[in-house]
Amino acid sequence: MMISQAWRPSAPIENLRRRAQILADIRRFFAERAVLEVETPALSHCAVSDPFIDSIEAAYAPFPGGPVQSLYLQSSPEYAMKRLLAAGSGAIYQLGRAYRNGESGGRHNPEFTMLEWYRPDFDDRALMDEVEALVCSVLGLPPIRRVTYRALFVDQLGLDPLTAPLAELKARARTALDVTMDDDDRDSWLNLLMSHLIEPALAGQGAVFVHEFPASQAALARLRTGEDGTSVAARFELFVEGMELANGYHELTDATEQARRLQADQQNRAALELPQRPLEQRLVGALAAGLPDCAGVALGVDRLVMLALQTTSINDVIAFPFDLA
Amino acid sequence: MANYSANQFKNGLKIMLDGDPCTMTDVEFVKPGKGQAFTRVKMRNLITGRTWEKTFKSNESAEGADVMDRDMEYLYCDGEMWHFMEPATFEQFAADKNAVGDAHQWLKEQDRSMITLWNGNPISVTPPNFVELAVTETDPGVKGDTAQGGSKPATLSTGAVVRVPLFIEEGDILKIDTRTGAYVSRA
Repeated sequence: MMISQAWRPSAPIENLRRRAQILADIRRFFAERAVLEVETPALSHCAVSDPFIDSIEAAYAPFPGGPVQSLYLQSSPEYAMKRLLAAGSGAIYQLGRAYRNGESGGRHNPEFTMLEWYRPDFDDRALMDEVEALVCSVLGLPPIRRVTYRALFVDQLGLDPLTAPLAELKARARTALDVTMDDDDRDSWLNLLMSHLIEPALAGQGAVFVHEFPASQAALARLRTGEDGTSVAARFELFVEGMELANGYHELTDATEQARRLQADQQNRAALELPQRPLEQRLVGALAAGLPDCAGVALGVDRLVMLALQTTSINDVIAFPFDLA
Repeated sequence: MANYSANQFKNGLKIMLDGDPCTMTDVEFVKPGKGQAFTRVKMRNLITGRTWEKTFKSNESAEGADVMDRDMEYLYCDGEMWHFMEPATFEQFAADKNAVGDAHQWLKEQDRSMITLWNGNPISVTPPNFVELAVTETDPGVKGDTAQGGSKPATLSTGAVVRVPLFIEEGDILKIDTRTGAYVSRA
């Protein structure tokens, strides 16, 4: 008789030992720096507004068979953690699960472990220093190079992401890639160039911080004047061996601007025929009450473990990934 | 045929591109933390054999190709076409030189091969991984030779020529790995 092997974990036990060690190292890192560990809900009445992140919907009922209320598994703890910051928590971190619908692949699992932390009185540059301290201690890396988004595109592709005409972005993508999309959104093309041409080119280059993103890709970062005098998002991303590992901001604290961005996302969702979900107005309330000047970052812990173990598949570091869950 | 959206793509899915059926040999989900998801696919054109990478946005879709793989018995070659039969239904199919390709050198009557049909017509023939074929011609071996002692060419009943150990003689039945064209053992 054939015995099914489907019960087995996909990750070798020794990989899970290394994973546990890294989780312990992360907690010690923050304990030594007096950053408070917090836990916020996985289930919320509201969902992320970002049109390109789909939340997993859960059905809550007050009793079996009772009227169902939609709740949303959180795609990141950002909104809830900012509510804590506005309530005076001081520096906080969270090491927990985040959930993203449809995200499954070599580097993605629909539920994954995210490390997110916030530092009052830090800006994006100070927070890059701290990310560097953590990541270098776990991976044993030398100091991490920093390059602006604009300089990276100029170096790698010979084109200026801020000023190049849309037609040039399209032409550059189409000479290198077989793509049929015909979108008039600059950021779609910049994302395509970044993920398909630049990231692979970064694969042999160790770790690099890309910072000063285009203002159109600010997400929840504030805008500021960049090194070259243009308006940029105070946002950074860390790539290690061409893999996106962390995304951080000098956080937007302006409640009016926050409310405007939530509405703009909702309008984009409508235009893209994506589901409309309840917006987190309590985030706007927290900012109106006073979010301290702070910087925050989210880091993919599964990917950090992948890098530590030099594997290219997330299934090697998660006991039971999506297909086996 | 059904339409498939990019987030339904998976290895082995067959779709139509520029009028040709193509198969997906590797499907990668590419998604920055902020920004659109893409699906990057290694494609193989089932008619021309060309392989390349193609990128789809997650809201793009493609038309499925009416392509199926069926196990069939090889009957005979009439000099132009290779004839196969589906054993359950006795339905017969004729494959031309383009569809058969290099597989012809491993086809033995009554052996099963996998025939890929597109709109009901054979477009490729995949022989079993291992076949057993008789040696019809090879130089005589030298007495005392061992399996380690070098190799020589041997012609098989299908016309294929493979490198074999010196002890192999005419009339021997050999096991051949059709993926590499290499001798495995005496059957």
